[in-house]
Amino acid sequence: MGVQVLAASTDSRFSHKVWQEAELAKMVPGGVPFPLISDATGQIGRAYGVYDEESGVDIRGRFLIDPDGVIQAMEVLTPPVGRNVTELIRQAQAFQHVRETGEVTPAGWQPGKPTLKPGPDLVGRVWESWKPAMAS
Amino acid sequence: MPEAATGCVAPAGSVLATGGPEPATLAAHRQNGGSTMTARVGKPAPDFEAPAFTNGEFGNIKLSDYRGQWVVLCFYPGDFTFV
Repeated sequence: MGVQVLAASTDSRFSHKVWQEAELAKMVPGGVPFPLISDATGQIGRAYGVYDEESGVDIRGRFLIDPDGVIQAMEVLTPPVGRNVTELIRQAQAFQHVRETGEVTPAGWQPGKPTLKPGPDLVGRVWESWKPAMAS
Repeated sequence: MPEAATGCVAPAGSVLATGGPEPATLAAHRQNGGSTMTARVGKPAPDFEAPAFTNGEFGNIKLSDYRGQWVVLCFYPGDFTFV
């Protein structure tokens, strides 16, 4: 799929190293294969609207950035709930498809499913090709 | 990733000014509260350069070095957190 992952927290790079070696490597053989970025001052998190001044950490935000450096999707969660990677992957596939084809993807779209081609002929006729059961 | 000396401290990561309507310097960015660089969908992702640990090495990561690729940038509250 060709998506580069970058992870960032306010921890030091030394903390990142120990976490990778002491814990992550036990979850993923060899450790996670992407950079762990140190945002020690929270300056990067502030620019992305995810730095929490009270606790001094970057809360769970993820940003899908296209090859032109434009943000196409974002999701921000408070700390106690973890993410769903399946939906992130689906979104990345959908945005890649849109970028390559110019088509648009209706709610719940998965690779291989029908897309929509916007135009005058489609107005009022989405119901013919898209049903609510396809939303999830 | 460029090689970096592993000193006791490294410069903290910083947001990089991108010109245009945004402030030309980081000081200006701080003075106006950074509000002009808040991330939004359909807008350029704020560029930054920061120290990182990657595949066993220390080095700097610059977001704009990944231009031409799809990138997922994930923030998380901290190493060793439970979720």
